[in-house]
Amino acid sequence: MMAGFEPQIIAFCCNWCTYAAADLAGTSRMHYPPNVRIVRVMCSGMVDPIYVLKAFEGGVDGILVAGCHLTDCHYIDGPVKCDETVNKLREVLHVLGLEDKRLRREMVAASEGVLFAQVINEMVEDLKKLGPSPFKAKTEALA
Amino acid sequence: MNLEDIIQKTKPYYCLECGKCTSICPVSRYDPGFTPRGMIENALLGFDDEVVLNRKLFSCLTCYTCQPECPSDVDFPVFVREARGLAQDNGQSGVCAHSGQLQSLARLMTNPDIKQNRLEWLSGEHRVSDDSDVLLWVGCAPYFEPIFRDVEFSALGVIKSTLKTMNSLGVEPRLLPNERCCGHDALWTGDFETFRKLAEHNAAQIREAGVKKIVFSCPEGYRTFKMDYPAHVKLDCEVQHFSEFVAERIGKNGLKLKETKKKVTYQDPCRLGRHLGVYDAPRKVLESIPGIELVEMRHAGPDSICCGTSAFTNCDSHSNLLRSERLKEAAATGAETLITACPKCQTHFRCATTDRGEERRSTPRLEIMDLANLVANATGE
Repeated sequence: MMAGFEPQIIAFCCNWCTYAAADLAGTSRMHYPPNVRIVRVMCSGMVDPIYVLKAFEGGVDGILVAGCHLTDCHYIDGPVKCDETVNKLREVLHVLGLEDKRLRREMVAASEGVLFAQVINEMVEDLKKLGPSPFKAKTEALA
Repeated sequence: MNLEDIIQKTKPYYCLECGKCTSICPVSRYDPGFTPRGMIENALLGFDDEVVLNRKLFSCLTCYTCQPECPSDVDFPVFVREARGLAQDNGQSGVCAHSGQLQSLARLMTNPDIKQNRLEWLSGEHRVSDDSDVLLWVGCAPYFEPIFRDVEFSALGVIKSTLKTMNSLGVEPRLLPNERCCGHDALWTGDFETFRKLAEHNAAQIREAGVKKIVFSCPEGYRTFKMDYPAHVKLDCEVQHFSEFVAERIGKNGLKLKETKKKVTYQDPCRLGRHLGVYDAPRKVLESIPGIELVEMRHAGPDSICCGTSAFTNCDSHSNLLRSERLKEAAATGAETLITACPKCQTHFRCATTDRGEERRSTPRLEIMDLANLVANATGE
């Protein structure tokens, strides 16, 4: 593990729930580490495997895919689709040799700002233990 | 490199503009916007952008139907491959099927530090040996397994069947724990950098393992190792397709195949057939199974029609139509099962047969199986 390693996280957050939760965490002045970059998507169900793979290709250390709870979806069954995508991706990433904890799937409702901050805290902690992603070196060499 | 260099290298200037390529091209039959002759003409007239920035450049299946027909021996698929390299340099990459996951995985595999978990499917019933000088190439199968589950295709099932057959022939092959994608798709979509890296990784591992022979269940890997690797990496081993491996052992080592009553037809994969000229081995294997009745499709052998997509790029309605027509041809033989020797043919055909779209109801719901699956079932006690 690198000394002073700060993991980079990309979080795909659904417009209706998790993005609002992140907003709530911010407006309520909750503290969570600044290692996360949020990408707002309309629904967690629209997160395609390629978004995650491309992000890993780009050298991020961890990815969070978060959206509404199962019955809260604005588009009826987005979280079900999201679960399917993430489960498939987990298998693919496992074969590739990436640790399971680098991809996290959460359901965070708009009112759960506390949970959002907690998830990010946990992720940063986990990723610090894991160290940089094996795909990191490539990006740093490019920069 | 610019288009002029590619023209000098691949010599399409011998083109007589006879149009045989376009008239025989399986893509042009369904997609009037795709024309090999037109593409060559544009290149020769200096309309570089019409060739390089044209999305149709990635529609070519590189199936080698056109090249044998060409009176001037223009190697259109290689011209397309080189032009795709130029297109990639200009930010064009075709429309990748499955949202480009497979291309992305190939790029991720170029990383030297990854430690893949690619052999977790091995179980007690499979016999492998780390001292063997015969290698079974697993290739992309562990990645295909989750990705193509929704078209009801098990790529690992093909590998397991290949292994089982090799075992019953008394061969315990070696498997590499960290082999990479062979780079076939990267090469044919013009991503030469990724291809070169993958080839180097694989060659280094194979040299280190001291392998003398590699057996492939996938014709694309076979083609890449046999025809493309020698130009890039030093490898000193024999390569063989599963069908050839079995065919040369029929009647010798006493491979006992039990009776399997089935009427089947065989799809020649373009890489195995037209690229490498292997037509007889798979047929010999099929005929050696008692009870198998092989009926040929109208287009068989060198005239065989492609499954509709190659290198997971530009899969569109035309590809689907091509696939559906090929399946109709297979059904017209009266066969109950379509046998292929290529995992990618199988993903594409299964995609067409599991498609529940209203307008595609007419696609015959044939059983589709790999040659290895059929042989392994017949070796079972």
